[in-house]
Amino acid sequence: MNDALDVTLRLLVVFVVFLTFPLIIGQTEHKVMAHMQGRLGPMYAGGFHGWAQLVADGVKFAQKEDVVPADADRRVFQLAPAVALLPYLLVLLAIPIGPGEGAVGQVVDAGVFFVLAVMGVGVLGSLMAGWASANKFSLLGGLRTAAQLLAYELPMLLAAASVAMAAGTVSLPGIVDAFEWWWLPWQIVGAIVFFVAGLAELQRPPFDMPVADSEIIFGAYTEYTGLRFALFLLAEYAGIVVLCGLTTVLFLGGWHGPWGADGLGWVWTLLKTAVLAFVVIWLRVTYPRLREDQLQKLAWVLLVPLALAQIALTGIVKVAIN
Amino acid sequence: MNLPIAADAPQGFLSPTGIEIAFVLVGLVTLGAAVITVTTRQLVHAALWLVVALGGLAVEYLLLTAEFIAWVQVLIYVGSVVVLLLFGLMLTRAPIGRSPDADSGNRPVALAVALAAAGALVWVVVDAFRTQWIELDKPQGTTDVTGSILFRHWVLPFEALSVLLLAALVGAIVLSRKSKDEPDANGRQNRNGPKTPAAQKAPKDQKAPKAPNDQTGQTDQTDQTEGTR
Repeated sequence: MNDALDVTLRLLVVFVVFLTFPLIIGQTEHKVMAHMQGRLGPMYAGGFHGWAQLVADGVKFAQKEDVVPADADRRVFQLAPAVALLPYLLVLLAIPIGPGEGAVGQVVDAGVFFVLAVMGVGVLGSLMAGWASANKFSLLGGLRTAAQLLAYELPMLLAAASVAMAAGTVSLPGIVDAFEWWWLPWQIVGAIVFFVAGLAELQRPPFDMPVADSEIIFGAYTEYTGLRFALFLLAEYAGIVVLCGLTTVLFLGGWHGPWGADGLGWVWTLLKTAVLAFVVIWLRVTYPRLREDQLQKLAWVLLVPLALAQIALTGIVKVAIN
Repeated sequence: MNLPIAADAPQGFLSPTGIEIAFVLVGLVTLGAAVITVTTRQLVHAALWLVVALGGLAVEYLLLTAEFIAWVQVLIYVGSVVVLLLFGLMLTRAPIGRSPDADSGNRPVALAVALAAAGALVWVVVDAFRTQWIELDKPQGTTDVTGSILFRHWVLPFEALSVLLLAALVGAIVLSRKSKDEPDANGRQNRNGPKTPAAQKAPKDQKAPKAPNDQTGQTDQTDQTEGTR
């Protein structure tokens, strides 16, 4: 195949995934939450099972006026949604869904570092939004976002480092290639730490202190309206896709499955990602919000030591195997 | 550093390749962003321009095919250091618009130090590598290569650096711990002693009126955080 065509096709596929998967997760969240909490609202639009709720939301967002507060720092305020959203598009490029070169947007040599680094950049968008809004609630939200990121970036990195040690490579396809089924119990602590820290980085409940609506309205996004606000929401759902995909690839063996034909590995990846996304939604409707001090305590007192213990365990087993 | 991959080759500077042109352009952007970082009067804008400068540096590493270094640069500097900086700014004072007091009398000294440091670095790099030429056709700075060079040839500096970081960590903990003889939470009395730069600056800060456009309702926290840095 022609090289340029190949690259264009890959980018196009990743872009389509980037546009559709977050929306699918958003729609699923509507329905799952409606069932779990007995909400009637999301079940009306469009008739059958409220299938058109997402479309209605989109139309609503598009119709709203795009307001920039008078005292805001205009350029930073307007730039922030893009800074929050684009990193997830870049990360999607590097996540492999099947074996071989054909099933990944772009093979990145230091894939683990790439995805974690770029995901960290996304949080800058929230910080910029929080500061530039000229609103004290926004600023508080931005502060909480920053504190949360600083606390949870470390355990996330350490957990990812553990699995990279186990595989002996930092390339994402390389890690899945090296995966064996017994890694599951071996790396389970790291997997949980990674997933929880990732949830906190996305500010999903129960880690949604930075956008706690009962305290600070909507945190850094308080002043946003219309499409820019929708972009922040989209960033959150894209973040769920990325986090679940990464957890699948790093800890759950990606395209490996107990059965299935050779060419269908990507089904396993998507299935695992979907199950994890369901867990993310499930956690949202199940757990109450953590307080700020509990958040920090969870990260520093529990997750960091656990991640370090996981690294030690990985090292010991690795040496023992060799 | 005698890389086996670097070879003396008769390449000239008169027929630049695409990568070299891109390298120079990104370098100019990085330099420009860095200059704006230190000259802008808007504190948070300075931090955001720093993101551009550090990101530009990461792109330069990428163009030199040092992929691992590039991502670590983004991870550590953009993802953590700048976030910490922004956190500190927002916690203390981060007014929207210009901060007239965000200027220091040390400007000429800082300029001199910066020029001297830049001169020394450029001289060292030029003197060390001279006309060595690195072929960029195949990746030269993969994680594999970086790892083996770091842990085979440069283990001792690596370990020394980690000890240095540990010392900084312990120092930060010592600085941020409250000693029992401090009178109150605001730490007003220990400002008079010329112990730290923050303490020396404190009297001036006390006199300064609070900025009207100060978002956080900034209080004594400024001095406290300065002391812990």
